[in-house]
Amino acid sequence: MNLSSNVPEKNASGVLGSSYSRRHRLLRWPIFSLVVLFVMICLAVFAPIIVPHDENLGFLEDRHQPPVLFGGTSNHILGTDSLGRDVFSRVVYGARISMLSALTALVIGGAIGTALGIFAGYMGGWVDELIMRLVDVKFSIPLILIAFAMVVIFSPSFGLLIGLLTMFVWGQFTRQVRAEVLVIKTTDYVAAARTWGASPAQIMYRHIFPGVISTVLMIATFQSGAVILAEATLSFLGAGVPPPSPSWGAMIADGRLYLDTAWWVSLAPGIAMGLFIAAITLLGDWLRDYWDPKLRQL
Amino acid sequence: MTGALTLLGVTFLVFGLSRIQGDPRSILISDDASFDQWQEMGKQLGLDQPVYKQYQIYVVNLIQGELGTSTLQKKPVAGILLERGRNSALLAVTAFSLTILVGVPLGVLSAVKTGGIYDYAIRMFAVLGQALPSYWVGLLLILIFAVGLDWLPASRMSDWTSLVLPTLAIGWLGVSGQIRIIRSSMLDALDSEYVQLARAKGVAERTIIWKHVLRNAIVSPVTFASLTFASMLTGSIVVETVFAWPGLGLLSVNALNNSDYPILQGVILLAALIYVLFSFVTDVVYMMIDPRIRIQ
Repeated sequence: MNLSSNVPEKNASGVLGSSYSRRHRLLRWPIFSLVVLFVMICLAVFAPIIVPHDENLGFLEDRHQPPVLFGGTSNHILGTDSLGRDVFSRVVYGARISMLSALTALVIGGAIGTALGIFAGYMGGWVDELIMRLVDVKFSIPLILIAFAMVVIFSPSFGLLIGLLTMFVWGQFTRQVRAEVLVIKTTDYVAAARTWGASPAQIMYRHIFPGVISTVLMIATFQSGAVILAEATLSFLGAGVPPPSPSWGAMIADGRLYLDTAWWVSLAPGIAMGLFIAAITLLGDWLRDYWDPKLRQL
Repeated sequence: MTGALTLLGVTFLVFGLSRIQGDPRSILISDDASFDQWQEMGKQLGLDQPVYKQYQIYVVNLIQGELGTSTLQKKPVAGILLERGRNSALLAVTAFSLTILVGVPLGVLSAVKTGGIYDYAIRMFAVLGQALPSYWVGLLLILIFAVGLDWLPASRMSDWTSLVLPTLAIGWLGVSGQIRIIRSSMLDALDSEYVQLARAKGVAERTIIWKHVLRNAIVSPVTFASLTFASMLTGSIVVETVFAWPGLGLLSVNALNNSDYPILQGVILLAALIYVLFSFVTDVVYMMIDPRIRIQ
């Protein structure tokens, strides 16, 4: 495989090229993304204060009430599900679970992936070879299948979910960071540090790591959408957070059986997820153009 | 070569997972198996021998196509995979055709008309396609076209009409990815000096776009396309459950619900094999379309 052809080229002047300031003026702020993300994060953080009903408590006599715009009451703005639970409250709590699991997985997976990427890129040789083969293995198996195998062996739990999501994200960091390190490694300041007698650990931590931070943040932004989708998929299939905790994927699955009579149960969490991930993707696009348009292929 | 190493890594993982919890027989054999079958399996897996020997037996069995027996269907795993794989492949081919036939032109249009209303609309279409989960899109399609309008069947495999909705549900994601990647690599190529030269020479704009730019911008879309196809073969797992499409996806979900580990490990190995094969094909295609790589 031609890994070398995937290394992003940097122009001689580096990231801070002459068109830097001009580009910044041309880029408009991603207002839509920021507003959507701000609102949804606030909802998730302040969920206990905001939600009108207990998210896990349902009254069967209230089941399948339509949303307020479709003949329902303002008591349940987004209607109720088959157990009479308030859909709005569950969507809000679902946001909380999605964000919490995605964030945890990104922090752990991002740290592991970045460390491995720096290590592989800087050390080279068999260390590099070994780590990159691990990455290949990771990319060759769809996450869902591994998740299934794990769920058959262990049983679904929040911890297992985080573990699986971590396994899902680290490889992307390793690949991209390694490519970046291969470029940074050849710079004069790294050579200078080496002549001063800095140890490999010092060089990797103090001289190389700061150079990859922007890339890492960018991958994290792009990956957060993918992680949330992955979490929802696992929950949809019953391999994620165990019920009755509200998770977007599990809610979509719950509503499937009643699609012809109570479509809102499935539709509402899907729309929330779509909005959230679209906002993240657009923010990621913007960050990429802002920091380094050379990475457009990411 | 790297592909073979990758596959070896995957077998190691699958083997490790089956041994992680003590006696592998507890997950490899059905609950109603007799004591004789239990002993038989122990001998077959070489459980009285050291672990590395067991791994060796395992890999040799795999190479001979011996994937074990499904604990649920009581049939050899290899046969089941072949039968279900065909159905998944059918779906993957139609969804992939959609990706190319719709994704490439839209991506090119979006890049050529940067900043315009078409570009904006196409990009929104692509961002949404990547943001909405495909199984949710599937449910929405069922709701509109099967429940509401009653034009197309909601699920199960019958004539060609049953293929339409799952293809759209899986295809949208592929189309979106293709649009985004074509657009960005086209933009890079449009900036280049040879395009300016061609323009200065007075070459027709259409020729510039389809011959000069697209040809130079095609490398990453090709990678993306081949890996999309590989992932469609196995990655349509969730969409298949929504449409009750009898492919590998539905098979693995049923295996999950019935703790059928032999089937799961079979699907995992097949998925990895497909991925490795497609990476190899991509590399070969690279060399055909990009002489610069051939020199390296």
